[in-house]
This record gives sequence, structure tokens and C-alpha cells, in this order.
Amino acid sequence: MRFTYASAIPVAIIVLAAAAPWLISSYELNLMARFLALAILAIGLVLVWGEGGILSLGQGVFFGLGGYALAMHLKLVMLDPGDIPDFMQWSGLESLPWWWVPFENPVCAILGVVLVPGLFAAGFSWLVFRRRVGGVYFALITQALALAFSTLLISQQAYTGGFNGLTDYSTLLGFDLASDDMIVALYWITLALVVVAFLGVRFLMMSRFGKLLRATRDGENRVRFLGYNPAPYKVIAFTVGAVLAGISGALFTLHAGVISPALVGVVPSIEMVIWVAVGGRNSLWGAVIGALLINFARDEISSAFPNIWLYGLGLMFVLVVSFLPDGIAGLFAANRSGRMAHLLKTLRPGRAA
Amino acid sequence: MGELTLFVGQIFNGFSVASLFVLSALGLALSFGLMRVINMAHGEMLMLGGYLAYLTLMVVPGPLGILVALPVAFLGAGLVGALLEATVIHRLSSRPLDTLLATWGVSLIFQQGARNIFGAIGVDVTAPAWLNHTISISGGPLDGLTLPATRIFIMGVAVLVLGGLALLLAKTRIGLLVRAVNQDRETAAAMGVNARKVDLMVFALGTGVAGLAGVVLALLGPVTPNVGQSYIVPAFLVVILGGLGSLVGTAIASLIIGLFSALVQIYVDVSLSQVLLLVFVIAFIQFRPQGVIAVRSRALDS
Repeated sequence: MRFTYASAIPVAIIVLAAAAPWLISSYELNLMARFLALAILAIGLVLVWGEGGILSLGQGVFFGLGGYALAMHLKLVMLDPGDIPDFMQWSGLESLPWWWVPFENPVCAILGVVLVPGLFAAGFSWLVFRRRVGGVYFALITQALALAFSTLLISQQAYTGGFNGLTDYSTLLGFDLASDDMIVALYWITLALVVVAFLGVRFLMMSRFGKLLRATRDGENRVRFLGYNPAPYKVIAFTVGAVLAGISGALFTLHAGVISPALVGVVPSIEMVIWVAVGGRNSLWGAVIGALLINFARDEISSAFPNIWLYGLGLMFVLVVSFLPDGIAGLFAANRSGRMAHLLKTLRPGRAA
Repeated sequence: MGELTLFVGQIFNGFSVASLFVLSALGLALSFGLMRVINMAHGEMLMLGGYLAYLTLMVVPGPLGILVALPVAFLGAGLVGALLEATVIHRLSSRPLDTLLATWGVSLIFQQGARNIFGAIGVDVTAPAWLNHTISISGGPLDGLTLPATRIFIMGVAVLVLGGLALLLAKTRIGLLVRAVNQDRETAAAMGVNARKVDLMVFALGTGVAGLAGVVLALLGPVTPNVGQSYIVPAFLVVILGGLGSLVGTAIASLIIGLFSALVQIYVDVSLSQVLLLVFVIAFIQFRPQGVIAVRSRALDS
């Protein structure tokens, strides 16, 4: 492969991102790590929504399942043997519920982060897609799922920590979560997982699977007439998206130090979609940029001017979807044949414009 | 209070909740059948109806204020709906999933607007005296059963609206045009039906009905900026169960969902009943993915 400046850009960005611990304050590093964790979910949504045409308004559920799976472990490792978490004591529980027990083991918890959202998403989406229910119906059902999940979390206070969720963790695998070294290490792990998710989904998109997924999006019945059953492809795409959401939720829980129903309900779930809509639903790097951009903007604006933020978010939904369906990435794609490509070509060594 | 009283009481509650679902879901179902789009800001039309009732009662106090509020809310919400259709929804109607997102943005703006104008806490609409009593049964097998008059009023409004819409669709020229576009948009357009105008009208009609729903909701509790959100997700489920754009299907689906939630709540709490409702809907589409009433069509891609 010949070297081009265009192919050096991603490498430069990753190197720059990896050097961030020396470039920005530890507060900013923590924010960056949180939002990079969210970018993993956004990458999953490109596969599900951009490629598969499946609009999920319930990604928060899978984000939450991953987050809670890890948070349960983090709560349990702090306890003396035989003890139960504080909120369970307050609610009058005598012993640990059976389904909490496996999460005491770190390997089980990490497997749980991947398997719980993955298996749930596979079963749920199979039940819906096998009956050829999709499109708007699927979006509405996933929204009902997000509502049911968050209400259940709030009402089952004794088992889930209720409205406050799970918080106050101190150690992971024996390492102090508050130490500077750990914060940097977790940041690098998150960054590495973003790169892995990016490349993994890109591989899926370029494979035969990706081609069939796009074909299903654009003409499901045509795909059927060609002899394929589209349902398994949609189920796999949705499951991969859910697993990425679960990983994203677990990492976010580590960085933010909390997972709660307010992070996984109807409203956060639909906002996850807008990150990808703004960045560009068909573009992996667009989704990453969208997730970072909106979350940094929210962090800057929403606490100081909550009014402006909500109006702006609402307007963003309307305007981006109406006028810029391919998001920020679409702006660049439109220019690819024009100025941008010309510029890059002229920069290529050994070839004068 | 006996077992039977509790059971009959919950059935009564189920019917009254179902009436609210009918009023909230009718507009959604009608324009979904016609344009295949779902308006996520539909819940905010309920909210708008509630606030309009509040404002009307400030201008027209007295026992009949609520009857004035009904047409005011219908017209107000219908007008806002028409505006929404003309500016946002019509532009996106070829992309149904994007319509969901854009109208969600509209609903955020409406909610925040209501928060700024009326405050986050919510306003109260007091029911007039003639609605402010309950029918209590004492003695007999149904001893202790209470039926609030507001709930009966809500059922009455739902029945009237359903009947009125059924007549409109079955007997008038406008209804004929709506049915024509519903069956086959291209052919209807080729015959000279202005499908665009039919879309706009049905959408405005649907949001107007949601405005009515908002007025009756205001009789049950305070009108808050989020009041629409609590009814809209069940209304979406009604649309899924009901089948495409069918009045009868929507009514039956509302009853199924209303009665299911009410009866399940005898045994479990509200949050578990939401989970069970979702399980029920997913189980239901295993048997009838096309909904209660299937619209027969020769088209494969609809």
C-alpha cells in the first residue's frame, strides 16, 4: 500500500489521543474518557441504524445492563464476606439475591458486561424480527423497552439501588480507582477499545455480512426474493450494537463512578441516536466525533444554561434530520469529489497537480 | 370490600384508562395509516390541550367552562398540528424513522416552552361541581364500589369522539377521500384526490383529538410539561397492536391494553405491569404481527 497523507491522519489522531494524559488536566482526561466510552456505543449505532436501517430507541437498556453488571461487581468487592450492600440493608434484605452472587467474581462480571446485553438483545430482536416486524414498530417497541427498564430499576429499590443507582466504588481488581495511574490506565483501555470497536465494525461493514445488511436496509423484500432470510442479519447487527453498548456502559460507569436509571431511560436512549445523527449515521468517525462533540457541548452548556441546551437539543434533532441527514460526515463526503480530494491529491508526493 | 368489587372496579378503571388511550392514540393511528409516520410530539398535543383547558377556565369560570375548553383545545391543538405537519412532517414523510427523531426534537422544544411559560410544577384544572362526585354502591355483591363521575365523563367523551370519527369516515365526502388515500395513495391521486390536503387534514384532526384528550386528562391530575409523556408510550403500543390506520383496531387495542394494565395491577405494582405489558405486546405480535385488524392489500412493500 502506498503512503498517502490521508491515511496518516487517523494514526496521528490516535497518537495524539494516546498522548492526552500529558496534554490535558486530569479532570479533562476523565471527561474525555467518559465520552470516548460513549463513542463505543455510537460506533455500534452506525452498524445498527446507519447500515442496518434499524432505529433503536432503547440503546440505553443495553448500556445500562453493561453498566449495572460491572457496578454490581464493584459494589460487592468492597464488602466484607457475608455482608450485603448498604442499600439492600436499608431496604430490609437479609442476604444477597441469587442473581447478584455470580458478579462477585471479576471474570463473571466482565463476561456479564458482554453476555447479558448480548443475549438479551439477541432474544428480544429475534422475537420481533422473525415476525417481520420492523421499521417504526421496532423503534416504538424499543422505546417501550427503555421505559419499562428504567421504571423497573427505580421501583426495585432493594435489588437495584433504585433512583440513585449504584455508586461509590473504590477498587477494581485490587487497584485504587481514584489513583492517577489508574485513571490514565483506564483512559488508555477505553481508547484502545474505541479503536478495536471501530476496526471491528468496519470489518463487519466491509464483509459480505455488511453488504447483506445494507441490502436488507434498502430493500428487505428484494433480499428475501434472492433467497436470503434477512432476520438473522438484523438480529446479529442489533446484538453487536447491544454488546458495544454494554461495554460502553461498563466503561462509562468506571469513569463516572455511577450508573443510575437517569442514564438509561427513554430520554438518554434517544439522545444516543442524536450523537450519531449529528456525526453522520453512515460514518464511523462521524459517530465518534458526534458523540464527543455533543457530550462536550452538553457539559459546557447544560449546567450554565439548561434552557438554551434543551431548546438547542430539540432544534438540533429537527434541523439535522431535516437538512443534514448524513451529519457532519456528509459535509465532507459531498466535497470529496471536489475541493477536499483535489487538495489531498495535490499534497500527494510525486504527483504534481 | 369484596374480591368481586375489586375486580369490577379494576375493569371500570381499565375502561376509563382505555378511553384515554383511544383519545391519545386515534390521531397517531390515523396519520400512521395514511403517511406511515409517527409523531413523537403527539404527547405534547395532550399537554397543549391541558394547558388550553387551564387558560379557558381562567376566562370562562363556572360550571360550563370545561365544555367550552373542549372545542378550544380541539381547535388549538389541531392548528398547531397542522403547522407541524406543514413544516416538519410533510418534508420527511418519505423517511418515517427520521420523522420520529425530528418530531422528538419538536416535543423537547414544546416541553421546555411549557416549562418556561407555566413552570415545571404544573397547573391544576378543577373539575366543575357536576363532575365532582362519585357514584358509590352500598350493599349487594358490589358493596363499596365507587365510580368517579370524571371517569364516566372521560368514557363519554371517548365514545362520542369515536362515533363522530366513524361517521365522518363512513358517511361524508371527506371520509371518502381519506379512505381512498388510505387504500391506495397513487390511484387516489390519479383520480384527482388532493392527497397532500388529505394528509394535512387528517393530521390536524388527529392532533385536535389529542387536544381533547388533554382536557380530560386535566380533570384527573395536574397539567405538567411532561404530562404527555406518561400516556404516549402506551399509545404507541396501541398503534402497534391496532393495525394500520383502523379505527376499530385502535379502539380494540386500547381496550386490550387498558384492561390488561388494570387487571394486572390487581396482582403487581405499576412498574411490573409496564414490563408485563411489553411482554404481552411482544407475545401478541408473535401471533398477529399485522395487528388486531389487518388491512388487506396487494402491495408487498407498504
